[in-house]
Amino acid sequence: MRIDGKGLIDRTKPVKFQFDGRSYGGYRGDTLASALLANDVTLVGRSFKYHRPRGVLTAGSEEPNALVEIIGAKNQTPNVRATVQEVFEGLKARSQNRWPTLKYDVMAINDVLSPFFSAGFYYKTFMWPRAFWEGLYEPLIRRAAGLGSLSGRHDEGLYEKAYAFCDLLVIGSGPAGLMAALTAARSGADVILAEEEARLGGRIVADDAVIGGMAGAAWVDTAKAELDAMPNVRIMTRTTIVGAYDHGTYGALERVGLHLPARANLPRECFWRIVASRAILAAGALERSIAFPMNDRPGIMMAGAMRSYLNRFGVTTGKRVTFFANNDSARAAARQLMKAGVSVAAIIDSRPDAPLEEDCIVHAGSQVVDTRGRHALRQITVRKGSEVIEIETDTLGVSGGWNPSLHLTCHMNGRPIWSEDLAAFVPSAGAIPGMVAAGAANGTYSTHGCLAAGQVAAVEALAALDIRATTQPLPDAEDAPYRHAPLWTVAGKGRAWLDLGNDVTTKDIALSAQENFSSVEHMKRYTTQGMAPDQGKSSNVAALAVLADATGRSIPETGTTTYRPPFVPVSIAALGAGGRGMGFAPQRFLTSDQASRDRGAPMIEAGLWYRPSYFPKPGETTWRESCDREVRMVRQAVGIADVSTLGKIDIQGVDAARFLDFVYANTFSTLPVGKVRYGLMLREDGFVLDDGTTARLGENHYLMTTTTAAAGLVMRHLDFVHQAFCADWQVRFISVTEGWAQFAVAGPQARSLVNSFLEVPADLPFMGTSPVRVGGVEGRLFRISFSGEEGYEIAVPTRFGEALFRDLVARAETMGGGPYGMEALNVLRIEKGLITHAEIHGRVTAFDIGMDKMISAKKDCIGKASATRPGLLGAEREQMVGLKVGGEIGLVAGAYLFAHGDAVKRETSQGYVTSACWSPVMGQWLGLGFVKNGRARFGEKMRLVDHMRDVDLVVEICDPVFHDPTGGKLRA
Amino acid sequence: MRLTCPLCGSRDRREFYYYGSEDYLNRPASDAGPEAWDHYLHLRDNPAGVTKDLWYHELGCSQWLLVTRNTVTHEVLATELVADRKGAAR
Amino acid sequence: MRYSGLKVITEGLFGHKGWKPVWRNPDPKPAYDAIIIGGGGHGLSTAYYLAKNHGLRNIAVLEKGYLGSGNIGRNTTIVRANYFIPGNSEFYSHSLKLWEKLEGELNYNVMHSQRGQVVLFHSDGQRDLAARRGNAIVNQGDDAEFMTREDLREEFPYLDYEQTRFPIYGGLMQRRAGTARHDAVAWGYARASDQLGVDLIQNCEVTGMDVEGGRVVGVQTTRGAIKAAKVGIVVAGRSSQVAAMAGLKLPIESHVMQAFVTEGLKPVIDSVISFGMGHFYISQSDKGGLVFGGDLDFYASYAARGNLPMLEHVMEAGMTLMPMIGRAKILRTWGGIMDMTPDGSPIIDKTLIEGLFLDAGWNYGGFKAVPASGWCMAHLMATGQSHEVAARFRLDRFRLGQIIDEEGTGSQHNLH
Repeated sequence: MRIDGKGLIDRTKPVKFQFDGRSYGGYRGDTLASALLANDVTLVGRSFKYHRPRGVLTAGSEEPNALVEIIGAKNQTPNVRATVQEVFEGLKARSQNRWPTLKYDVMAINDVLSPFFSAGFYYKTFMWPRAFWEGLYEPLIRRAAGLGSLSGRHDEGLYEKAYAFCDLLVIGSGPAGLMAALTAARSGADVILAEEEARLGGRIVADDAVIGGMAGAAWVDTAKAELDAMPNVRIMTRTTIVGAYDHGTYGALERVGLHLPARANLPRECFWRIVASRAILAAGALERSIAFPMNDRPGIMMAGAMRSYLNRFGVTTGKRVTFFANNDSARAAARQLMKAGVSVAAIIDSRPDAPLEEDCIVHAGSQVVDTRGRHALRQITVRKGSEVIEIETDTLGVSGGWNPSLHLTCHMNGRPIWSEDLAAFVPSAGAIPGMVAAGAANGTYSTHGCLAAGQVAAVEALAALDIRATTQPLPDAEDAPYRHAPLWTVAGKGRAWLDLGNDVTTKDIALSAQENFSSVEHMKRYTTQGMAPDQGKSSNVAALAVLADATGRSIPETGTTTYRPPFVPVSIAALGAGGRGMGFAPQRFLTSDQASRDRGAPMIEAGLWYRPSYFPKPGETTWRESCDREVRMVRQAVGIADVSTLGKIDIQGVDAARFLDFVYANTFSTLPVGKVRYGLMLREDGFVLDDGTTARLGENHYLMTTTTAAAGLVMRHLDFVHQAFCADWQVRFISVTEGWAQFAVAGPQARSLVNSFLEVPADLPFMGTSPVRVGGVEGRLFRISFSGEEGYEIAVPTRFGEALFRDLVARAETMGGGPYGMEALNVLRIEKGLITHAEIHGRVTAFDIGMDKMISAKKDCIGKASATRPGLLGAEREQMVGLKVGGEIGLVAGAYLFAHGDAVKRETSQGYVTSACWSPVMGQWLGLGFVKNGRARFGEKMRLVDHMRDVDLVVEICDPVFHDPTGGKLRA
Repeated sequence: MRLTCPLCGSRDRREFYYYGSEDYLNRPASDAGPEAWDHYLHLRDNPAGVTKDLWYHELGCSQWLLVTRNTVTHEVLATELVADRKGAAR
Repeated sequence: MRYSGLKVITEGLFGHKGWKPVWRNPDPKPAYDAIIIGGGGHGLSTAYYLAKNHGLRNIAVLEKGYLGSGNIGRNTTIVRANYFIPGNSEFYSHSLKLWEKLEGELNYNVMHSQRGQVVLFHSDGQRDLAARRGNAIVNQGDDAEFMTREDLREEFPYLDYEQTRFPIYGGLMQRRAGTARHDAVAWGYARASDQLGVDLIQNCEVTGMDVEGGRVVGVQTTRGAIKAAKVGIVVAGRSSQVAAMAGLKLPIESHVMQAFVTEGLKPVIDSVISFGMGHFYISQSDKGGLVFGGDLDFYASYAARGNLPMLEHVMEAGMTLMPMIGRAKILRTWGGIMDMTPDGSPIIDKTLIEGLFLDAGWNYGGFKAVPASGWCMAHLMATGQSHEVAARFRLDRFRLGQIIDEEGTGSQHNLH
């Protein structure tokens, strides 16, 4: 029900929204909860386990009950707190975890069966017959569990991530936060003031506290105006600090567009990483409930929330209101409601010495022992000594005291400290380096106390920042003491809920203690207390008190409660903003990319790169046809391939040769200028790290190439070896991978093609290199081959890559050649027995690939010592071999090999296949693989079995070099 | 999480690559024997407390850092360049 | 007390007054035949099988905090047997077989659910590796099957097949893989051990190891000295510290790994799904939360909490793979401390000190290993011989180069 003249909503901006298909009206500034309450809708959800009717409990993000689905045009968002979601024109919300309707929910049968659904009952049953667990019991449990639902469709929403930096982050804008921000800002610090709600003020506006003689909201507006005017202040509303991380990093979720109708380019949320030199936690306190019998009905809510609804939204939740409290704060709520014309039927105060100053009935020393009303509260039963009183009421405001919002202080394993005075946990100082808690978050509850604490915290932070503090006198405000008497539970017949979200009652805690799940962690895990969407914000402390009582220990003896990030649940889409679709990883494109695409080449992922798979010609319908043609083309004429993805590291200095000798297994100091050598690089543990060719361009100048996959890894490795072991050597290196475009020209016609465009024809020997001029550009020519044919690689600065590629291809085509892609490249190298990371997969030694002789005996090198470990040598190791088979059925990589007649099982496996292809030139299937003692078994027939693709055939083990075994073609 | 690179200043953890304990700096001679290499490559004190370990400013200055930090609190006590330390020369 | 559906109903009718403590709270005796340090999943299963398979009854489990306070309660609950290196293959195969009988064995519903796990691949090279893995699994006697892109589309229509950075080529499915309720595994083993007479002693921290003449004779604890001729260290996450009490230095570096759970949702993901191009794997718990994880934070840590970079990476991976989960909200994030070894495989072995045994180095594969780890550690402690399926998990394999490197990333602890 809306109350005239109250609240901070904009009554000139009415909005229409829907809940469960019915239209309602609200105002801009309303939350969905306040608007529903204004329309007298009190039933908003069903509980998790027992499907009990539930209403709004709180007015903030800690809400356990009022979780709804927000329906968008394409998608729905489950588990949205109606107490946080602001209404806008056209908002559609739907209740969840009910069928068929909220009012008539079939699953409410669970409530009737609740005697059997005790804590952890599922651990004790559903075990027989065994097959029924997966077939029957579990599917039923899964369907009954869960709250809201996802649509199953891609989330097309827009989300962002951002960084922010500041001197001081103030978390919360109640009296402590505002005063801290004002003090720091006036002193010149860079301040970010983060407020979870849409407007500043926290409990100042919720309580309508008077500050400096002004109404709370007016004082907040003045403070906000002052902060807005300062360039060193950034106010972030609708922004929740969700996590505290190492070294001053805070995660924050900003609800950018969730309060507005969806429109293009409006992000829904933004996830911030805020780096702050100092932080002040001024997040206030959360009111806690009392576990009295049947305390979960719609209409039973927190007293402080009733005050929020009245002062912020001009809403009262009932016509005849009662309160049940153990402290004074409910009194203020009662006074304000009465002043607004609401009838307060009674205040039930558990304290025998409770003050009786209100203008309504106060039952001191009394407790609520029962409630009635199926879909809405109708009546409460009060026990006052021996007297039992029944009171008709539609709203019961409960206050069991206040818990400081210390959650962030637990995020780095800080443990809160029990305060007997407050009967609550308070933050332990220094739990988050650089952060202090102030105000209610630190257990200071009066408005004056909060203002003062905010100022003190700011002055402290300024001192740490080395900024001179400018302070002004504090405005006057209420400074009442926090008067309370702890009351956690009320005994009675009915169930008394602690965790409303997970339907955990005091009986569940007692049962857990009875079964000796008596450590607080066991209790939580066994009963699921504190695991619901509100993460036990309003119930963990009470549950601990109940457990302490059940086990006869004090609360500090029983344990403590802790909280893990995030403070409020954060959407995966916000945390993963930017990852959607192609955003997950950078895309690297070759200079020939467009030219390849122009020719219809499918571009495939190779690490972060895209490389052409093959270049289809008209009439070719499968990749194999194109691949076979390209292989023949290279073997018979000439082919062009872009090999720029290989890592290129330019190494210079008088110690360059010495350095290469150290990082390579073989020797490079003996390499003449103008020559190229194949190099094998080991990891320090003796296994193969990478291979490639390195050219000596000058006496003190080398150019190393790495495989595409290991380019970054090798660079990091070289940096480590240099800086850790030989920092004094005169050698420097830099990755030039991005600086050069490099193309392979391979085939019998390669030399004539190369000479057709060089200004001065090259006459390079095999493994030679020289600088060349290509169309007026300085380039480099290498006579190296990854195909087994006479081959060259020509490199030019990247900006000329595309032009050169197009030119090379055009020239090749006049000679019966053309471009070739990754598929053909792979066939060519398998035919030649050349390895890639399919073979050097990290578990392979130089010995395994027959290159152990390359490890120079004359020098130390990385990996040399470890390579002699017994496990890395010997006949039992699997050695690289070639495999071949005729016929139609193909060899497949990933298959295992077995000796003739052996059973197919792990114990008998002789090896496996790493690479396989159809060789169009040789007319058979070829492969590379590893076989135990393989080099001694050439000519042996083995059984190849691939269960995954149903292949079972006999292959012959052979030398891995199939094509041109003598290398005559390379040296031609 | 942030580290202070001696060359680049305070930087986000995303810029750094982690290798492992400072043990990797004490490379044995090639003939030091299997025990020494086992210690070098595998065996670790692995303290719950202050440790020194190796980080690479991969998205920054390409320098390897020796970082003194606490594995329980994540507090960073010191950072220095690996190349600057005694013994980096061969 | 035997648990059953009937028992639940009768107790329900009579106010649950008859439920007995799941385990006793014994005071430590001055001496035991064997002591297991560590009351996590592996320690409790070791105790259970020592009692059950080998008849040792005078044994104790010493737990620093509460039973199951380690990684048994901080994981993503995945149970699978899809390794391909000998050593791992036979061990995890054995473990999965034990899982399949665990409820009956323990008379405790650990909610082991064989809902299948599919590991996606995103390139031809990855397909070949997946094939090799699948073949190795079948050769071992377990199940694996290839799923094409079309198969996947039918079973997992919500994956992004159209515009993801690394297209889905197919997947390797193990139908017998799945999940279990992690805490229940600890409680089930604890309860069953207690019923066999094992003393489970909580809040009892081992502070020293008594070694005389190269033999272990007992331990010092916060609850006094306890004698035993056999002591098993089963404290993954703190292995280095406890081993150091006996003067041992282990091939272990401790790292933190985070895991995540969303708010409860109606069933939407049936199997376990693992991304092949980033660190991301996900399942949905019986309670409705999406449970998922990624990789280590990659720096040595004992903090049991992580930082944003890996968290964000995992979420980004989720968004590129299955953007339908975007509107699910992360409810809780946590971290566990992993014993990372230089080859990514565990250690179940004797130590240089007679009578002192080590079960450690579970990297982040420890949950699914719980039954077989206990089975093999119990066998080792009782007989002095390695069990055949754990024979390769030796402590000296690093020195000898007999490593079991599933990832092929070499002797860097955090790369496995």
